Amino acid sequence: MRRSKYVRPEHLTHGGDRPRLTTSAMIASIAGADQPTKPAPFGHALADLASRDDRIVGLSADLAKYTDLHVFRAAHPDRFYQMGMAEQLLMMSAAGMAREGFQPWVTTYAVFASRRAYDFVCLAIAEERLDVKIVCALPGLTTGYGPSHQATEDIAMFRGMPNLTIVDPCDASEIEQAVPVLSAHRGPVYMRLLRGNVPLVLDEYGYRFELGKAKLIRDGRDTLIISSGLMTMRALEAAKHLEKDGVDAGVLHVATIKPLDEETILAECSKQNRLVVVAENHTLIGGLGEAVAATLMRSDVRPTAFRQIALPDEFLEAGALPTLHERYGLSTSRVEAAVKSWLNE
Amino acid sequence: MAQIGHNVSLSERARRIRRHALRMGEVQGQGYIAQALGIADVLAVSYFHATHYRSEDPEWEGRDRFLLSIGHYAIALYAALIEAKIIPEDELETYGADDSRLPMSGMAAYTPGMEITGGSLGHGLGIAVGMSLALKRKKSTSFVYNLFSDGELDEGSTWEAAMSAGSSKLDNLIGIVDVNQMQADGPSMAVLNFEPLGAKFEAFGWFVQRVDGNDIDALVAAFDAARHHKGEQPRIIICDTKMAKGVPFLEARERNHFLRVEPHEWAEAIRIVDAGVVT
Repeated sequence: MRRSKYVRPEHLTHGGDRPRLTTSAMIASIAGADQPTKPAPFGHALADLASRDDRIVGLSADLAKYTDLHVFRAAHPDRFYQMGMAEQLLMMSAAGMAREGFQPWVTTYAVFASRRAYDFVCLAIAEERLDVKIVCALPGLTTGYGPSHQATEDIAMFRGMPNLTIVDPCDASEIEQAVPVLSAHRGPVYMRLLRGNVPLVLDEYGYRFELGKAKLIRDGRDTLIISSGLMTMRALEAAKHLEKDGVDAGVLHVATIKPLDEETILAECSKQNRLVVVAENHTLIGGLGEAVAATLMRSDVRPTAFRQIALPDEFLEAGALPTLHERYGLSTSRVEAAVKSWLNE
Repeated sequence: MAQIGHNVSLSERARRIRRHALRMGEVQGQGYIAQALGIADVLAVSYFHATHYRSEDPEWEGRDRFLLSIGHYAIALYAALIEAKIIPEDELETYGADDSRLPMSGMAAYTPGMEITGGSLGHGLGIAVGMSLALKRKKSTSFVYNLFSDGELDEGSTWEAAMSAGSSKLDNLIGIVDVNQMQADGPSMAVLNFEPLGAKFEAFGWFVQRVDGNDIDALVAAFDAARHHKGEQPRIIICDTKMAKGVPFLEARERNHFLRVEPHEWAEAIRIVDAGVVT
């Protein structure tokens, strides 16, 4: 529930020693203070790939700098197309270029690609299975700017679109690996993008991105956390903490949301006496959690218990990103606490 | 120019396009017939005067691209593609049938010569922008034509594309607007006032011409001027057309966005077109 605009924030009302206010800056990072990061992994990977593949062109709708496409623009200025703040045109023109044999990589914010340009992604690109890669920053809750910029339902919207592959990578190394793999895949792809200084997490686990494959990153006896995107790094951190409390938590990373690796998910969920938790940076409705639940139901696989960590079915508040992740349950500590409480039920 | 039939006049091409469209309409008993009859002259000039293509190879790289943004005008484009021998004439009787290559609304995956899937309105001009940019990248001399309608001027996406084409100086893009003054809910200008149309495109940096879209000589001159214009700007030909042109008893119907035609009227309409009765 959002607070009333008629109530002054408590810390102002009470006066005295005011705490330092946290910021809701757009460029808020999901990286923890001591986490290793890499700058603009998508931009560098695409610029690198384009040096070897002249079909690749990059298109932006006035957000090159904020989708890391500026790195590509600097490396290949003649292959960068500025379409202006016009996301419908962005998708239409990408369709036109794909028809002529190029491989357009279009970038904008996830809200604009999904809510504003849905029909153009659907009819101009997906219906014709055109080779367009749609790479979108600010997926789920990764900005404190409020609902205008929070794409909390992008996966729910895009999962219903035939032909579209959906990828939600976890960290910088996975983004780097995904770029050439998605380029080699013929057909439309929607990838959720973590931009700026992106945490580096998966290299520690020897993980390799494979399109369409869910990967067990860590096995666990007591619970299995099935996760995508940045929630995989939260799940891995939580698992480390839970281990100290004697809880053995596994993490199955599902980078490809569609098509879903049902085989691996069913195999892992068939192992009995485990709590299955699906954790995602997306509304509870229509995302990975419900996709996994439906897969289990259709296949008569029943885990001991099934729970979801996801954003509520609400328009979220504005504020500082770490505060919001804590408030809406995406922080490591909230994941940890949720798993513990479910295990004690 | 098209490789076939230089000796057949453009007005005869237009007459045959009308005839093919009416025959398809008769097969289904319905269709966007008034639009097809109205745009027949524009299509005749497009396919038999202005555009380069190869009937036997509709995906020939050197062709001019002709995009039908208004997917529901498919019956009109099929008629032109049949006349251009890109679609065999005997397929006409499959129009709108199960497993046909000629569905009621135009889709690229189904039909030879259909460059895009239209129907969801406001897509064509933006796709044309992307194709024009791509053709320039390939150093191609082909033109991209995009046929859209006055109804599509309601769609904001059309104006995103119009502004972009002007901004990018796309001199290989030729827009053709069919202003037939009728859309689903009634007269176009009553639904949403789009005038002054020429001035709007001119303000966006386009080379603008406005012609009677049922006057073949005027159309030929406009297409020639659009192709040979020296300015580094996209070109638009605003075509004022008459719904159901060529079949007076259909022209007279007030609500003709989706014409109800009685079974016996098809033969009568074809007879009038065959007789070359032009109003």
